[in-house]
Amino acid sequence: MTELAVDVQGVTKRFRLFKEKHRSVKERILHPGRVEFHEVWALRDVAFSVPKGSTFGILGHNGSGKSTLLKTICGVLQPTHGQVVVRGKLAALLELGAGFEPELSGRDNVYLNGAMLGLKKSEIDAVFDDIVAFSELEEFIDTQVKFYSSGMYIRLGFAVAVNVDPEILVIDEVLAVGDERFQRKCLDRVREFQEQGRTIIFVSQSPEQVRMLCESVVVLHHGEMIFHGEPSEGIRIFRERLNEMGEHHVGAATDETLDASPAPPVQAPASILSVRAGDPATFGAVATGGPAAISVTLQSSLAYDEASVLVEIISPLGISLARLDSAELGHPVVIQPGTTVLTMTIPHLPLLDGHHQVNVGVSARGEHPLYLWQEQAAAFEITYAGKAEGLVALEATVTATAN
Amino acid sequence: MTNAEGPAGLTSSAAGGTPKVKVVTSGVTLRRRVLDLSENRELLASLIRTEIKVKYKNSILGILWTMVAPAITLAIYWVVFGLLLKNGIPDFVIYLASGLLVWTFFANSIVMATAVIVARAGIVKKVSFPREILSIATVGSQSVYLLLQWVVLALFMVVLGHSPDWVALPLVPVAFFTVLLYAVAFGVLLSAVNVYFRDTQHLIEIFIQAWFWLTPIVYSFWHNVHGHGAAVLSWIYLANPMTPVVLAFQRALYGRPIITNTETKVPEQILPPWHLTSFYGLLGLSIIGGFVLLGIAIRVFSRLEGNFAEEL
Repeated sequence: MTELAVDVQGVTKRFRLFKEKHRSVKERILHPGRVEFHEVWALRDVAFSVPKGSTFGILGHNGSGKSTLLKTICGVLQPTHGQVVVRGKLAALLELGAGFEPELSGRDNVYLNGAMLGLKKSEIDAVFDDIVAFSELEEFIDTQVKFYSSGMYIRLGFAVAVNVDPEILVIDEVLAVGDERFQRKCLDRVREFQEQGRTIIFVSQSPEQVRMLCESVVVLHHGEMIFHGEPSEGIRIFRERLNEMGEHHVGAATDETLDASPAPPVQAPASILSVRAGDPATFGAVATGGPAAISVTLQSSLAYDEASVLVEIISPLGISLARLDSAELGHPVVIQPGTTVLTMTIPHLPLLDGHHQVNVGVSARGEHPLYLWQEQAAAFEITYAGKAEGLVALEATVTATAN
Repeated sequence: MTNAEGPAGLTSSAAGGTPKVKVVTSGVTLRRRVLDLSENRELLASLIRTEIKVKYKNSILGILWTMVAPAITLAIYWVVFGLLLKNGIPDFVIYLASGLLVWTFFANSIVMATAVIVARAGIVKKVSFPREILSIATVGSQSVYLLLQWVVLALFMVVLGHSPDWVALPLVPVAFFTVLLYAVAFGVLLSAVNVYFRDTQHLIEIFIQAWFWLTPIVYSFWHNVHGHGAAVLSWIYLANPMTPVVLAFQRALYGRPIITNTETKVPEQILPPWHLTSFYGLLGLSIIGGFVLLGIAIRVFSRLEGNFAEEL
């Protein structure tokens, strides 16, 4: 049996949220029976184990309980039921920075932080220069931490955590802060830790980072563990849940079809009946590099000789990735009175995975100009099995030439 | 990125020997907690240094303020009670200071320890360690101040030519241990309670003030309390753990159970005429009570600690 670094055994955490904070004794005395509260189960019977030397990801939307879980693993919070067994020295970076004392200098804080991680003064002396070098705060190490920028703060926190020789490193979202160069440095250090066989527990809202680093993941949803296993499958489930939650805001974005037609204005000569996006045959999920199609069903009372279809693809994070205009592409379309299905096909879609939204429009000039535009008219899933990062998958060749 | 020293560094910790096992659960035994505390001695020392450093950051005199302030206070008392409001007790300022300094330590320790968990929320929410160390460190830094203040008192005694009772002097460490025990116990208990009831830190100040007057610091236990005649009153006084502490300090440092009133020229018994073993006995009882209280305090603290990170 593999040795376990962290063993989470049936952890349940209940919080009591008071309607109004009856914190003072006066209020307690005046309203003895009125301490209304409702119970929130931040974690419900979560159980999994992290083998020694593995990199483990925790995925979950805001409020899914991942921060609570992480705090429990670190021992900052105690579970209501269950327990967490941690084998080995654990260094953690929870949210922004470690616990620093603002009045103290960076130097003193390094020592204080080290002591909290269980290091002796001599042990901190030995790694102090490495910590300062890693944080790149040589000039400011004797400045009080309260004058640090948030970037400096996180740099020092990360530098301490990775230089105190932890056997288990817990990182919460922190790789999202700091400038890109420092982020890269942190990631390099995380990879180095992986190669050295240390255990890493990694929480992120960025599935890209999780896929890149982790060997297995758990997905939390409203305090329950809904998945434990392969990162790509976990990411798919995480995204699915994220979309379900987004439904209230978006309208009804399912993977394939979306019947999104608000009652057309009476005078409009045409209206969009439905929009479908995805695999050209099934309108299901698209694989990165595979073909994709966006199909618009249009109801028109007039004929147009030179109409054009507009398609905009929006990334999971809301970035407009591409805007295609069929007229500009040299493919004007003809619209007949009645129902017309306009399909735009993309032979090789290089986008990386995630839940993508599609905005569509149809426009035509003439006596009765047509301009239809529908935001988030459809959505489709892109799946990706590779390891690349970013927004698109690019092919590349590499040569090495001696000079 | 991988290199030779990387894996070597690993063997030193991750693979070397059996790793430390830590269990995060709500059911921690008292024994385990005490062991955790003793494992974190280094952190305690670090926190005490930190606290002193922060307090005197950016001040020129720094920690010397701890001595300047009581020196001035004692000088004022000497003028007020020695020259203006003569109460007939010779070297009254020494009598007063023997009880007052240790009381101030006790009061400051409790008041400041009560607020410490809330005040250091930043650390409590981010790092895992036995949090009662924060309360204990507050008491620890106050002890450092007390030691420095005793130096001031010693100087005063030299200047006034008032020698302590050398035979009774071993009472001082025993009495100091007693007061330390109670300061830690109350500090740990109240700091946890204060997270949930923020009124605690205000209530305790009032409570401490009342307690001050119920402890024979500015008046004489033997003359003003015992001399009143009601034996039950004496017993109530002695149930106050601070009474034996203050009496022991007065007995050792002021050292004169019977004095001749400088005004009336009549001899007066101001300290109990007991044999020294009675002082030790009373302190011993207080120490037993103190350990019980400390046990309760750590138990309550560990119960309440589980939700600190959310309550703060």
